[in-house]
Amino acid sequence: MSQAVKGGAFLIEDLTADRVFTPEDFSDEQKMIAKTTEDYVKNSVLPVVENLEHHEFEHSVRLLKEAGELGLLAADIPEEYDGLGLDKVSSALIAEKMSVAGGFSITHGAHVGIGSLPIVLFGNEEQKKKYLPYSATAEKIFAYALTEPGSGSDALGAKTSAKLNAAGTHYVLNGEKQWITNAGFADVFVVYAKIDGEQFTAFIVEKDFPGVSVGAEEKKMGIKSSSTRTLILEDAEVPVENLLGEVGRGHVIAFNILNIGRYKLGVGTVGGAKRALELSISYANQRQQFKTPLSSFNLTKQKLATMASKLYATESLIYRTVGYFEDRMNELSEEAQKDGKEIAAAIAEYAIECSINKVVGSEVLDYIADEAVQLHGGYGFMQEYEVERIYRDSRINRIFEGTNEINRMIVPGTFLKKAMKGELPLLQQAMKLQEELLMMMPEEVGDEPLAKEKVLVKNAKKIGLLAAGLAAQRFGAKLDAEQEVLVNIANIANNVFAMESALLRSEKALEKVGAEKAAQKILYTEIYCQEAFEEIEKYAKDTLLAAVDGDNQRMMLSALRKLTRNTPYNLVTKKREASVKLIDAEKYVV
Amino acid sequence: MNIYVLVKRTFDTEEKIVVSGGHIQEDGAEFIINPYDEYAIEEAIQVRDAHGGEVTVITMGDEEAEKQLRTALAMGADKAVLINTEDVEDLDQFSAAHILAEYLKDKEADLILAGNVAIDGGSGQVGPRVAELLGINYVTTITNLEINGDTVAIKRDVEGDTEELETKLPLLVTAQQGLNEPRYPSLPGIMKAKKKPLEELELDDLDIDEDDVEAKTETVEIYLPPKKEAGKVLQGDLQDQVKELVGLLRTEAKVI
Repeated sequence: MSQAVKGGAFLIEDLTADRVFTPEDFSDEQKMIAKTTEDYVKNSVLPVVENLEHHEFEHSVRLLKEAGELGLLAADIPEEYDGLGLDKVSSALIAEKMSVAGGFSITHGAHVGIGSLPIVLFGNEEQKKKYLPYSATAEKIFAYALTEPGSGSDALGAKTSAKLNAAGTHYVLNGEKQWITNAGFADVFVVYAKIDGEQFTAFIVEKDFPGVSVGAEEKKMGIKSSSTRTLILEDAEVPVENLLGEVGRGHVIAFNILNIGRYKLGVGTVGGAKRALELSISYANQRQQFKTPLSSFNLTKQKLATMASKLYATESLIYRTVGYFEDRMNELSEEAQKDGKEIAAAIAEYAIECSINKVVGSEVLDYIADEAVQLHGGYGFMQEYEVERIYRDSRINRIFEGTNEINRMIVPGTFLKKAMKGELPLLQQAMKLQEELLMMMPEEVGDEPLAKEKVLVKNAKKIGLLAAGLAAQRFGAKLDAEQEVLVNIANIANNVFAMESALLRSEKALEKVGAEKAAQKILYTEIYCQEAFEEIEKYAKDTLLAAVDGDNQRMMLSALRKLTRNTPYNLVTKKREASVKLIDAEKYVV
Repeated sequence: MNIYVLVKRTFDTEEKIVVSGGHIQEDGAEFIINPYDEYAIEEAIQVRDAHGGEVTVITMGDEEAEKQLRTALAMGADKAVLINTEDVEDLDQFSAAHILAEYLKDKEADLILAGNVAIDGGSGQVGPRVAELLGINYVTTITNLEINGDTVAIKRDVEGDTEELETKLPLLVTAQQGLNEPRYPSLPGIMKAKKKPLEELELDDLDIDEDDVEAKTETVEIYLPPKKEAGKVLQGDLQDQVKELVGLLRTEAKVI
């Protein structure tokens, strides 16, 4: 276990490879847990996917109970409430492997994640004792109700109201919560409402409370295997002891559950992307055109290598974040682990990373799902092929748990907030950099493996600082309104975090097993870093053009050119090389 | 009841076999419990749950095989034994049976279970040889097992037919597909497995001299099966087709 890293520090500080958690660090138990989840999905869920897609949700309930028997619902529930209290890595692996089950993974995720975690993290002793044992076994199924018809991204704009009754025994809730996952069969809902129309507060609401009902099943584009309905509260009577957390502090719960949801969503995209890539490779090996398997065409090789290198970077950044959480939670004392405020602070520390996980994960999955359909040609458009469902299921990931646009705003916004609070020396570093740039000389790049990528990551961070610093100087407190600039900065941050995560993972492997055995990882890193760096250059240029004028603009553009100077690889050959192992193994391999 | 299961660590069934320099490449390959041994483990756990007693899983190999033993413990076995044979160069069915029998001879096992065959070597010999060395009854390729006192009713698969027979404990059986549906290790099982005893033994601990277990067979060559080639569809009159077929069998396939 290493000492916890500061959230957002990656843009400013360098980290050594031994400080990051990588998938190569999974323990034997963690691998066994992953295998059990995989087997469960393959043998129990996938055979009934068609039934689930047609909304035969009796299977969902049965499958959740079966998952409960295997312990797949208990990872995040402490042992004293009949859970397993597993580490964050195990819990992440369950989410990753579960995602192959398509919409059912959303059912599972809503139950164990956003549905149960508010009680795990913020419930009082009585609430935990009363509800959590049922969550671990799926005797009761949990759901989370935040969104309303009129408030999506603007969660605090909720209209649902709560009023204490005259006897002081119950809160009376009125309102509608929309697009509630698991609503078709859930027994317990975590609901947000404003007490007296003002104080945003969370409540634990049971289906059987008077005044609670659900609407009709929604007709969705994807994740059809999950139930989505409206939760209707008409003078719903909620006992006062079911108030979750503190009056008027619902936003603390909501935002932190969102953070966790984002991070878990990212984990899930890795599993989905691996499945799409595997299906693509095996199809490309089987399918012949012009008497040649598709996988023998160079363009196919290029596509497969691009998909795999993006997946490698995503997987690296997501498990790096999982490691952050694991370290941070381990640092908390046993008492602190029961204290909602401490936990909230630990989670909020990584708000930036959570948003990056969500955005990068969902967009890489979307890219891979799209290419998977393309590689299947006309067959990919047909419902008999799994990639058709993967493509439809993928799309929601860019929307829920905060749209990718909202999450992109969060990244630079949180950076600046941390800088203002003095948590990150962002502005000092940015000033120092501007001086440094004036006399910067191009750096000699060694020829040992990953030497070039180290320089690219180092310069990418400087570019990020330069862009963020200049934007902050120019727009100051009004930067909030410059959403186009904010998105550019977020994109740079996304790419920096992904590049560095891939690099550190490969470095760690290189040190441990040598260049020959780490060859595939090194290839992915070379491919990904070069392509991500090219994007960074463009985002930075756009930012400079918007944030600086005149002579200063010319000077800054020239500084950017210095920072981006490098000798790129011929990626045509790199990608052909990277495709060999993929085609041979017929799945994503590192 | 004192129950033992003989387990082998084998290549994952989805693994591609690569032969180079006369050896099967193990680098980076995934390993699993031999699937037939999984039936044996599952049956052992069910017998224990119904009749009481203890299940011990045994394997031979290097430390890597601990993973498969831990998996068996996570499924529900009580104890595990790894007989370390890392230093022995050539092992065959004779060696394996000899070593296992030496370990088992004073254990007073009531029931020993093994897979019908291992998916790698595929000899199907180790189980019966162990029983022979221990001087106990054995039945191979079983698909059903019922124990009543020391009487055991068994159904076994004989080339697709079923043979029913009755025998007595102590007994060794080898498991055929269809015996049961092996469970996957539950998460609580996985966590408990960490704390269950896993004993590691060297050949010395069993008073076995390496020379005594030297392989009786020699592997002359290892090669992959030939690639399947596209078939040929004969056309024309039936008589001509038969003539052509016979001709091809003589000249091309050279089987007659």
